[in-house]
Amino acid sequence: MNLDYSVDERAFRDEVRDWLRGHLPAAMRDKVVRYAALGRDDLLGWHRILAEKGWIAPSWPREWGGTGWSVVQRHIFEEECGYAGAPPLVPFGLAMCAPVLLEFGTDAQKQRFLPRIYRGDDLWCQGYSEPGSGSDLASLRTSAMRRGEHYVVNGQKTWTTIAHLADWIFCLVRTDPAMERKQDGISFLLIDMKTPGITVRPLPLMDGRREVNEVFFDDVEVPVENRIHDEGKGWTVAKYLLGHERMNTARIGNSKRELERLKAFSADQRKDGKPLIDDPRFRDKLSRLEIELMALAITNLRFLDQLRGGRAPGAEVSMLKIKGTEIQQMLTELMLEAGGPLAQVLGPVDTTVDNDDFLAALAPRYCNMRKTTIYAGSNEIQRNIIARHALGL
Amino acid sequence: MNLDPSEEQQLLAASIERFVERDYTFEKRRKIVASPEGYSQDVWRTMAELGLLGLPLPTAHGGFGGGAIDAVSLMQAIGGALIVEPWVASIALGAQLVARGGSEEQRQRILPAVADGKIKLAFAHVEGAARHTLAHVATRARAGGGGYIISGVKHAVPHGAAADLLVVSARTAGEATDADGLTLLLVPRDAPGVTFRPLRMLDGTRATDIEFDEVRVGGDALIGAPNTALPLIQEVVDFATALICAEAVGAIKSANAATLDYLKTRKQFGVAIGSFQALQHRMVDLTIEYEQAKSIALLACSAADTERDAAARSRIVSAAKIRIADACRKVSQESIQLHGGMGMSDELKVSHTFRRLTAIAQQFGDADHHLARFAGLSDPHQGRA
Repeated sequence: MNLDYSVDERAFRDEVRDWLRGHLPAAMRDKVVRYAALGRDDLLGWHRILAEKGWIAPSWPREWGGTGWSVVQRHIFEEECGYAGAPPLVPFGLAMCAPVLLEFGTDAQKQRFLPRIYRGDDLWCQGYSEPGSGSDLASLRTSAMRRGEHYVVNGQKTWTTIAHLADWIFCLVRTDPAMERKQDGISFLLIDMKTPGITVRPLPLMDGRREVNEVFFDDVEVPVENRIHDEGKGWTVAKYLLGHERMNTARIGNSKRELERLKAFSADQRKDGKPLIDDPRFRDKLSRLEIELMALAITNLRFLDQLRGGRAPGAEVSMLKIKGTEIQQMLTELMLEAGGPLAQVLGPVDTTVDNDDFLAALAPRYCNMRKTTIYAGSNEIQRNIIARHALGL
Repeated sequence: MNLDPSEEQQLLAASIERFVERDYTFEKRRKIVASPEGYSQDVWRTMAELGLLGLPLPTAHGGFGGGAIDAVSLMQAIGGALIVEPWVASIALGAQLVARGGSEEQRQRILPAVADGKIKLAFAHVEGAARHTLAHVATRARAGGGGYIISGVKHAVPHGAAADLLVVSARTAGEATDADGLTLLLVPRDAPGVTFRPLRMLDGTRATDIEFDEVRVGGDALIGAPNTALPLIQEVVDFATALICAEAVGAIKSANAATLDYLKTRKQFGVAIGSFQALQHRMVDLTIEYEQAKSIALLACSAADTERDAAARSRIVSAAKIRIADACRKVSQESIQLHGGMGMSDELKVSHTFRRLTAIAQQFGDADHHLARFAGLSDPHQGRA
């Protein structure tokens, strides 16, 4: 048993690290580490740099551009990108729509969408949640009635991340409201955001930024050829996606970088004239957080090791999500605490003045990251999954 | 990265599993704990025959040359079955001090006999006032008669009364809490002036207070050089600490299995109580505690074996002990709560696992002790993902 990377794995890590040093634009990294808002150009810009290198979709089959890396190599790559401060990759196309297309799409659908997703021609978003359907997703009501070669979609999606920037949305819609089991009347549609009848309205969040939206569908015509899998099989697709490998669930690399940032920041902050990091009450919280991350890094490797045998991930992914997000949140919480009373300052009342004060980014960041234990299957849903599938309760 | 156990490690784990099933049922353990000696000579002999006593001892002296990682499956079994025999006291502490610090003559004389189960060692170190501070030793040894004369009292020495030979820490220079001035001496249990006051411990194990009243030992009793024993003590206590972290993992696994089984079988309001989400989520959190505890224990055992920088090693071992102490507390308390009144009962094994987990959280330093040590040691690998 050896917890260290092998010689080959270390060589691969060094290759990734060297490449990142030369190719991650400083301006992009700077935005990430300052918690600045990332626009379409930042998100797609980094995507396209990776696509050009051939590293954008490691887990895809080789014929569609996959790298053929082992699960450990993929983990190393993700960890290094996170640690280096690369912008997060938007998962909706790469890690959600694409695996669905690969599993259930027709050849024509694959040919049409996969190369565009690979190159980063489009931004995708995800149409799952509705005002009345959160954790109980199968209760969704957005309807899609068949009319000739089209579905006519009516209804509303909500909490739709980056819908205001997106070119496409993949949606769960109800194609048969008469089904006894509510899961059986659902289908999976790909919808062009430019289609007439779609309205996107921002949902302002407590961090003051625009990130999520409400998306309204008013007699939106969607070609039948945009349906993935059979009519009524949308829930099968959704379940597949839920069980499918989540890209970089634990975000170990990001959290390691944030931890070092927190240490440096709390060493600079003063309390009673001494570095805050030397205050035992603060330090113990910092230490426990660091130790949780040390343990999670090994837990992540152990779970990866189990996947090497080819077994599909199950409850492990849920554990990584729960612990990974708890750690991400605690990092922002301690960062805000380290910032002290002046970290409550958001900026000048005159919002036309440039405000690049790092302290001012901490409170919005803290607010924003509360989302992590709610999105992508709330941590309570993850606990349900573990209870059912790993514990047999 | 290769997390698969080696073939030897797999064979060892299988043989330990058979040993526990055959020789260490919970009823058997109950009898052993209630016996006058508080451990079983038969079990100890079996452990010697299985090679478990020589596992982490040098091959040149009757051992198998294994490290902490090689002992993980044994430690998990000790935790799972609540084995009370003095393996940590004799092998992970006493014999390690001799193996790592002793002369060739001492190693030849002592270690093969330890591996064969002929003699047992104990580490007489802790004094009540020291709490967990390893440098805090008031017991004194002064030069005399060509050797040393020892005076002082050691408290609650684990398995001290079962030992044939004691490794005693004594101050040969400086004040009670100085880092320098500590010396390790070998003292036979029947040396004139040695008095035992055997003790029963919370977790069912035995310990003893030991008084040394002008105890005379020869110059050949000295382990290593005088006045400089602290780094060796820290190294060996780190080794043993990493191992009891692995023991805790086995105990946590056992407690969780019992709790999960209880949730599935205990019926109230006409249904299994495990059908209640409030309890399901708590059980999930205990499962996550197990995974995190296992990870950090493996990290500590690996560091104890391979980390050459003493500060880096101690830092990881402290990290592990903090996380394990937190997990011990959470899992032990929740396992009783989820068992309801049955969890309080002496009849159920889980209440004994509770007691062992409570003891492990304290042993070799509680979370607060290790938080202070962790904060004082910087990470030499910082800046590397």
